[in-house]
Amino acid sequence: MSLLYIRRDMLAPQAPPASQSGAIRWVRENLFKGPFNTILTLLAIWTLYQLIALSWPWLANGVWSDANSMADCRKIVAASAGPDASGACWAMIRERWSQFIFGFYPPSLWWRPILTFALMFTALAPVLYADNKSAMARLCGVVTALMLLCLIGAQGFAATTLIATVLMAALTVLAATKPRALLIVTLLFPFVALWLLWGGSVWGPIVALIGFMVLAVVYGIVAPKLGPVMGASAGFIAACLWWLFLQSYVSEAWQALLPFDLTYVNSDKFGGFLLAFVIGVASISISLPLGILLALGRRSDMFLVKTLSVGFIEFVRGVPLITMLFTASLLLQYFLPPQTKFDLILRVVILVTIFSAAYNAEVVRGGLAALPRGQYEAADALGLDYWQAQRLIIMPQALKISIPGIVSTFIGLFKDTTLVSFVGLADPLRGITTIVRADIAWKGIYWEPYIFVGAIFFIVCFGMSRYSMYLENKLKTDHR
Amino acid sequence: MTLVTEPPKANFRLGMLIYDTRYRSYTIQVIVLLLFLMGVAWLANNTIINLAAKDKDINFGFLWNRAGYDIDQHLVPYTNDDSHFRALLVGLCNTLVVALVGCILSTVLGVIIGVLRLSKNWLVARLMTVYIEIFRNIPLLLWIILVYVVFSETRPEPKAFKIVEGQTSAAHMNFFDTIAVTNRGTNVPAPLLTNPLPTLHIGFMPISLSLIAVIAVIAASIYANILLRRRTKITQEATGTRPTIWWKSVLILFVPVVVLLFAMGLHWEYPVFKGFNFKGGINIAHSFTALTIALTLYYASVIAETVRAGIQSVSRGQSEAAYALGLRPNRTMNLVILPQALRVIIPPLISQYLSLTKDTSLGIAVSYLDLRGTLGGITLNQTGRELECMTLMMVIYLIISLIISAVMNAYNASVKLKER
Repeated sequence: MSLLYIRRDMLAPQAPPASQSGAIRWVRENLFKGPFNTILTLLAIWTLYQLIALSWPWLANGVWSDANSMADCRKIVAASAGPDASGACWAMIRERWSQFIFGFYPPSLWWRPILTFALMFTALAPVLYADNKSAMARLCGVVTALMLLCLIGAQGFAATTLIATVLMAALTVLAATKPRALLIVTLLFPFVALWLLWGGSVWGPIVALIGFMVLAVVYGIVAPKLGPVMGASAGFIAACLWWLFLQSYVSEAWQALLPFDLTYVNSDKFGGFLLAFVIGVASISISLPLGILLALGRRSDMFLVKTLSVGFIEFVRGVPLITMLFTASLLLQYFLPPQTKFDLILRVVILVTIFSAAYNAEVVRGGLAALPRGQYEAADALGLDYWQAQRLIIMPQALKISIPGIVSTFIGLFKDTTLVSFVGLADPLRGITTIVRADIAWKGIYWEPYIFVGAIFFIVCFGMSRYSMYLENKLKTDHR
Repeated sequence: MTLVTEPPKANFRLGMLIYDTRYRSYTIQVIVLLLFLMGVAWLANNTIINLAAKDKDINFGFLWNRAGYDIDQHLVPYTNDDSHFRALLVGLCNTLVVALVGCILSTVLGVIIGVLRLSKNWLVARLMTVYIEIFRNIPLLLWIILVYVVFSETRPEPKAFKIVEGQTSAAHMNFFDTIAVTNRGTNVPAPLLTNPLPTLHIGFMPISLSLIAVIAVIAASIYANILLRRRTKITQEATGTRPTIWWKSVLILFVPVVVLLFAMGLHWEYPVFKGFNFKGGINIAHSFTALTIALTLYYASVIAETVRAGIQSVSRGQSEAAYALGLRPNRTMNLVILPQALRVIIPPLISQYLSLTKDTSLGIAVSYLDLRGTLGGITLNQTGRELECMTLMMVIYLIISLIISAVMNAYNASVKLKER
């Protein structure tokens, strides 16, 4: 006798009800959970629909080529999509992109900014990816390839194309084999960039570089005896003396002996994103060390140092950047000895640097304050002096904490480079766009230039914020 | 018994100024002071030489001269016969108005966006993320210029609103024919009173008693409402039941002010097209509109991130505990999450207000006559007194900033966790 009603094999499990699995469940959970949520979703869909309905025909009817003026564009759009249709006129960007990128930089010399931009990534590589050899090599390789494309596009196969490519290829090999050596490129980059962008005699930047070497030598002699502060001050004074009194004679002598120069490009030829990057990169790289010093000054025990730092930081943070820029263009002539003439771009860089140094100082101060007291006490207990403690114990931790803040200051600074148009520089956003819009051929164009400029700003700023997230993740050592 | 030995009373040597940590800080400070004084003296000397070379002096007397230029948007009565100082005041008021309106609107929008970004609704959360990233990563200046250009280039001229018999006009007014947006400005209805209270003339500024009366009545209503809520809470704690008071609140808040406005005879003067332009109502220049809209949209994205960070900073345990106590989501938000999140949100929020106030100076891009436009713009160019104008302008901005930071510090001190 057997128990026939006992099932011998298991039934296959039934699939969950359609409403509880897959796409339907996801939609129910994420889009239509409850009346409020449903209303929100419908509203969002409606908004999206409106946006697309408004912009799609305009984008789809866009004119990329065969137009040299707004009127041409309108004619082409009317011919292809009917008389009342609207269409984007990207032909403006095709015709004017060079002004947006290079300003009025002579087209035959475009290889210089392009090479500088490529070198900038090489110089940044050791800073961005501390010990990651392959990432550095990859970055350099990609930048070299892109640079080659840009150069061929800009001037074809000229001698400079070849030289620039060989230089970058050599640096890529260096990155792949001896990444530490790239730090030398980083240190030399400011001088190379100065020379490549503005041109003139090669001896000017070289002799200026010697000034820094004088600083280093004097520091090396003085610091062991009198401490780092005295050493740095003595070195700084010596270097200043070099720059003030010997620089011009020595560089002229060398120029007479071994003339080697590039065509000089005046500052008023700079414009567009070239200008934005020159001001942004220069100010960013100087303002961070300055900000750290100010933050240390603000936390110092010395009353006078502290008061001066606080006064400086609060003053700079309390006034709008525009007033600082106007100070650069209107007031600096009062504060400097008569007949001093120096470049508007340089003046703007100085004031923008001061401005963002104050903001960086506050961010770094936040990082310093977030460190537990024990870290300071431990450093003291180990017998480290002030600068050793800062360099080895405090700063690595404090800077790690302040990365998001520092990067957002940098992003703010880069966005604020657009304000230089108010003191007469041709920034991409207001300066160049105004020039384009004042042209009779492109009268009445407004969405296209702003979308183009805005997109580039978005890419750069968004890229920076993503990099800061990567860095935060990489440096995270606590286990939460 | 003490093990700490007295420091050896060695004779003071000059080298100790550098090597001995007890004296080194004094040495450094003296050097810093000397350098600072030398720097200041150098700058002052240069300034004096330069001023002498240009045959100028430092003198704020120009502030009382006739300004001679018009400012369309003035909250303080102003004509071009008034002094530069008065123009400065008008500009300052314009700065503060944009800052205030911008702060209020961007807070409202920013809080909504920040909360929606945390919503469980996938689509809405994504949309808000896109909004925030787009607005945060593109310069504010672009938004200001773009809004201004769009307003002044896409809107029709005033004459397009002209109604000819038997034809429809080329353009229409919005909101039931009350608001007209032309390429020159936005015409909105103006509130008028038939029997207003008298206006006081104190010093340089007329004070409208009607406005003060309205503000006083609103303030009194709010205070009365607070009293009512407090009494309700006492009743609830004593008896356990909470009396229904929402209709009382509505009455207290709205009836007095409505009665007052009715008594003063509030009515609206609508903009009407007459001749070549709109007559009546208030004409708001596009520079103001563009600046306000752009500041609002941009700072809304910044504030949204602040709000999101604040809400996320409250640990999950708090909301779980609240649910365990049986609080509904709505009350959990109001009673548990928000009070803790606000402590994190408000300090950065106030510093956003500070940067918003400073960024109103970007009105220069659309020729908005704020403090920078009047004092640092036209007055400076007319009188050629760069040093005085810039100094005064910086000092005024600095005072505004210091006031805002003082508010922030006071708030921080008041909500600081009382720790032992």
